Amino acid sequence: MDQQGLHDIEYRCIQEEQPACQAACPLHVDVRKVMTLVRVGDLAGARKLLDRTLPLPTVLGRVCDHLCQGPCVRGSIDTSLAMGAVERTIINATGAATKPLAMPGKGKRAAVMGGDVSALTVAWDLGKKGYGVDVYVAGEAVGGHLLGLSELLPAGALAAELEIMGRLNVVFRAGQTLNAALLDRLGGEYDAVYVEMLDANFLSVGREAVDAVTLALLGRDGVFCGGFVTPGQPLSVIALAGEGRKAAVSMDRHMAGVSITASREREGACPTRLFTNTQGVIPLPGVVPADPGAGLTPAEAQAEAARCLECQCLECVKSCTYLAKYKGYPKVYARQIYNNLSIVQGARSYNQMINSCTLCGQCEELCPSGFSMPDLIVAARRDMVSRGKMPLWAHEFVLEDMAFSQSAAFRLVRAAPGEASCSHLFFPGCQLGGDPAASVPAVYAHLRAGLAGGVGLGLACCGAPAWWAGRQELAEAAMAAFRADWEALGQPRVIAACASCQATFARLAPEIPVVSLWRVLLDETGLPQVGVSLPSGPVAGVRLPAGPVAVHDACTGRHDVAGLAAVREILGRIGVAVEELPASGRLASCCGFGGLQANANPELAAATLARRVAESPRDFVATCSMCRDRLAGAGKRTYHLLDLLFPGGSDDPAERPDPGFSYRHEARARLKRQMLETVWHEPQPPETPPALPLVIPDVVRQVMEARHILDTDVARTVARAEATGRKFTDTATGRHLAGFATARVTYWALYELIDGAAHIHAAYSHRMNVSGVDRQEG
Amino acid sequence: MNDTPTYLPESGSWLCAACNQPLVAAPVGVTYLQGGFTITLLTCPACGLSLVPEFLAVGKMFEVEQLLEDK
Ligand code: SF4
Ligand code: SF4
Ligand code: SF4
Repeated sequence: MDQQGLHDIEYRCIQEEQPACQAACPLHVDVRKVMTLVRVGDLAGARKLLDRTLPLPTVLGRVCDHLCQGPCVRGSIDTSLAMGAVERTIINATGAATKPLAMPGKGKRAAVMGGDVSALTVAWDLGKKGYGVDVYVAGEAVGGHLLGLSELLPAGALAAELEIMGRLNVVFRAGQTLNAALLDRLGGEYDAVYVEMLDANFLSVGREAVDAVTLALLGRDGVFCGGFVTPGQPLSVIALAGEGRKAAVSMDRHMAGVSITASREREGACPTRLFTNTQGVIPLPGVVPADPGAGLTPAEAQAEAARCLECQCLECVKSCTYLAKYKGYPKVYARQIYNNLSIVQGARSYNQMINSCTLCGQCEELCPSGFSMPDLIVAARRDMVSRGKMPLWAHEFVLEDMAFSQSAAFRLVRAAPGEASCSHLFFPGCQLGGDPAASVPAVYAHLRAGLAGGVGLGLACCGAPAWWAGRQELAEAAMAAFRADWEALGQPRVIAACASCQATFARLAPEIPVVSLWRVLLDETGLPQVGVSLPSGPVAGVRLPAGPVAVHDACTGRHDVAGLAAVREILGRIGVAVEELPASGRLASCCGFGGLQANANPELAAATLARRVAESPRDFVATCSMCRDRLAGAGKRTYHLLDLLFPGGSDDPAERPDPGFSYRHEARARLKRQMLETVWHEPQPPETPPALPLVIPDVVRQVMEARHILDTDVARTVARAEATGRKFTDTATGRHLAGFATARVTYWALYELIDGAAHIHAAYSHRMNVSGVDRQEG
Repeated sequence: MNDTPTYLPESGSWLCAACNQPLVAAPVGVTYLQGGFTITLLTCPACGLSLVPEFLAVGKMFEVEQLLEDK
């Protein structure tokens, strides 16, 4: 990602765009901020803000014709915020005019021809910037249209601001004849000249004579013109001020000798891309002053300001635990990530942030401008991997788990017994394959019985974890290995039980046809024992949920419209009513496993999961084993859809606990053996019972799960200690403690030998190398 | 004695089972990525086998590991 790439990404998040009110204000007064301050009663703070933005604030703040009100988002719900009235209340309540901070004198001088609002704005702005300004006024009184607004302006208000301008080095020269000759003279005497065109358009030119962006008079260096009257258009005091400000910016730059055209897009009233969700906003009438003549009292203004929606987007942040956790929004995150990747030396404090996104893609669905955190995050992770900067703590455990699924212990890709090729290949995925209660054998048998052309079996990992981890090459290698098998089998259609596998195939091997298992069960084989043409009803032997269920869609399957529909249709067929979760289908929320969030940031993943669980008190039905197990692990009653189609051993499958990592490993290995024995009739060598059986109490196992320690890690350490005698013994308790370092991790086990079994009291690990601890050879 | 950080088990009276020797506090080298330190652990005076207590592994060591990996 280079600077330009970063800008393109940042541009897509519109959170920092101006609210409609501010964008419509020619001076871009931060109306939203003003409303926030007034809402909490901080009129002094609001006044400060106006003082910073408005020229002659105690005058303009009272007479502004509030162009901001028209486009106010509230206008389409009830009534626009009455910014004009609120502003008047602020000024009235906060005292007389004060001299603004001015820059030190610059030694350059500007002339202004005209005494109306645009001319006064030019003089005010340039005076503040340290220029000497002489204002040439036709009549005796300065103020132009302001002079006719005496019902809005208390006596003396304008005079007070003009007096302050005097202290800003602005000199008023009244009673002048403004004509071309004077302009010629001033052009020679001053560094820049402003001509206010309003009524005394002695130049007799229109807008076309000036540059639209800079208001520079074409062909006259150093002369700027504004305040043109458009016949038939009402005159706007604040629009005049806007023109004055624009001219002042040009004149300042002209006198400073810098580019007068660079980055001026946002001046004057401009369009905004900000999106504000108004769903659920309760209409509230605008506050009417008790005494219309006096305007809003401070309390009334406060009530009016409380109606402000404080417009902003944050659509993605509102729904995502991860985005909310880091207290910003994607535009800010893009910058932080960019900076993090650019660090050459020192701590990369955003590593955990980069590795905590679930890559679920919900943000992209919600974002009015399609911002994709996954695109940004995957690019960042790949960048870290490619430069050797990805910390091990982020994904190591999952990558080892993936290596196990790719090893001979689980991997098995072949055609049905006695066949060399197949038309279909059932691909349960490593998570369903690791569900000890899963009905993979039954589903496989059902597919074989119901589909013509031969159904093969593919036990393997699709590579999703590597892709999530930013290990592009590893993911592609996994897919290449699968592709080779797939070609040898005659390029069968893949029937995927897991939405993540399906998405990974689509991403890494779009040429491989993939269909979701749910579609096949519904459209092709029929549901077990219900049958496509038979009346609906529960499958024999399956106890259905007592009430309606909520479907927890897998976030990786949000775009599989056909698959999402099939799940609902299947539930309907077997007589299970569905109550949709607020975030379902295309908008599904992740369980916290996606993107390896659970690995890099377990606490955050628990929060992600808890939020999902809180969406409904109903039993959940999940279509992904990992989702189901995580939900169950959080105490949420959750079925796997297959539990409702293929009766398993359990009476109440929604209650079965999360099997945990170790058991999932074992289940995968066992599934392969079982399939080889029962389907291919290949007797398997008996499982060698461990020399020293382990007894692991639940409390210890929970800690091991959290620490990512497998039973096999503990078994290896204990077996080694017992074989060599290299261990410590506590003479007080008789317990043994042994440590053993494998290639990257050192595992420790605290255990007691009882009746030929090792009772585990504690297990822990570290990656640091300690010189006095035994290491595995090689 | 040395003045390196010392991490001894919170309880127990530990022997090296292989050497049947009570353990003594001794300096031990610890390395990880670009980092290297010396700490004091219970160690067998005969064979040099060292004991890393649980609180050290899941506490300080874990912290420093993450810190070094994020460098
Ligand atoms: S609701 Fe408030 S922030 Fe939004 S446009 Fe109106 S005044 Fe501005
Ligand atoms: S967790 Fe999901 S919704 Fe949140 S930023 Fe990541 S991809 Fe987007
Ligand atoms: S939804 Fe999120 S990413 Fe999109 S514009 Fe809003 S804050 Fe930015």
